Amino acid sequence: MENALVSVPHNWYLLLSSLLFCIGVMGVLLRRNVIVILMCIELMLNSVNLLLVSFSAYAQNADGQVFVFFVMVVAAAEVAVGLALIVSIYRNVASTDIDSMKKLKW
Amino acid sequence: MAQYIFYALSIVTILSALYVVFAKSPMYSVIAMIVCFFSIAGHYVLLNAQFLAIVHIIVYAGAIMVLFLFVVMLLNLNQEPDKSHGKLLRVAAAISGGMLFLVLLLSLNTSETGTFVLPEKSDIGMVEHVGKKLFNEYVLPFEISSVLLLSAIVGSVVLAKKEA
Repeated sequence: MENALVSVPHNWYLLLSSLLFCIGVMGVLLRRNVIVILMCIELMLNSVNLLLVSFSAYAQNADGQVFVFFVMVVAAAEVAVGLALIVSIYRNVASTDIDSMKKLKW
Repeated sequence: MAQYIFYALSIVTILSALYVVFAKSPMYSVIAMIVCFFSIAGHYVLLNAQFLAIVHIIVYAGAIMVLFLFVVMLLNLNQEPDKSHGKLLRVAAAISGGMLFLVLLLSLNTSETGTFVLPEKSDIGMVEHVGKKLFNEYVLPFEISSVLLLSAIVGSVVLAKKEA
């Protein structure tokens, strides 16, 4: 395992995380369920985390891993507040469809 | 050897991420998301970031996805079929996602990433090293993030509470 970095080119990690990010973007655009949209946002955050960890490992600098730690904190806070919002909206309109929140556009 | 582990983990990651997007029921999306998070934790181990792999499993698979599962079960979403957007909108979403990937791919094509020195063995991902960094250089952001978590707790309780 110690020569993992030698045999896996860094470009592959760039490719993998950009693919994951695009899947997340496509999910946000494609789906109408708010919970699935929130999960796709998590997917995008995770792709960026993976990229930060790979850069930190290849550059031998632990700063990137500290950043990933903070991104996880922000993601946890975001999910807690977002799900509370979804529960609160569901109580009022009895739906998690994104189109039932059209009034937010006004 | 590491290459094959990378291939296997990447295939699992991509397929489960696609399943999150295309699954009919939100429940299946949550399960696929958990699989995706475990494979990303495998990537972290492969990159010698053992501390982050454990934190990732605890925070994401242990806390965030349990929260998602809890909300999906609470709202009882599986009874109504999940409608999707109109055909035009779906094609537009697929095209714009694909175009974004194309743009990222083209920008990666011209990037130079072969300049890093790759040591044989590294311990920068161990809890000792990351903890020293966290509590020396980044101690102020660490403390501020505790305030952020506190405000998130208060905010979610206030939001989810029934109106008095």
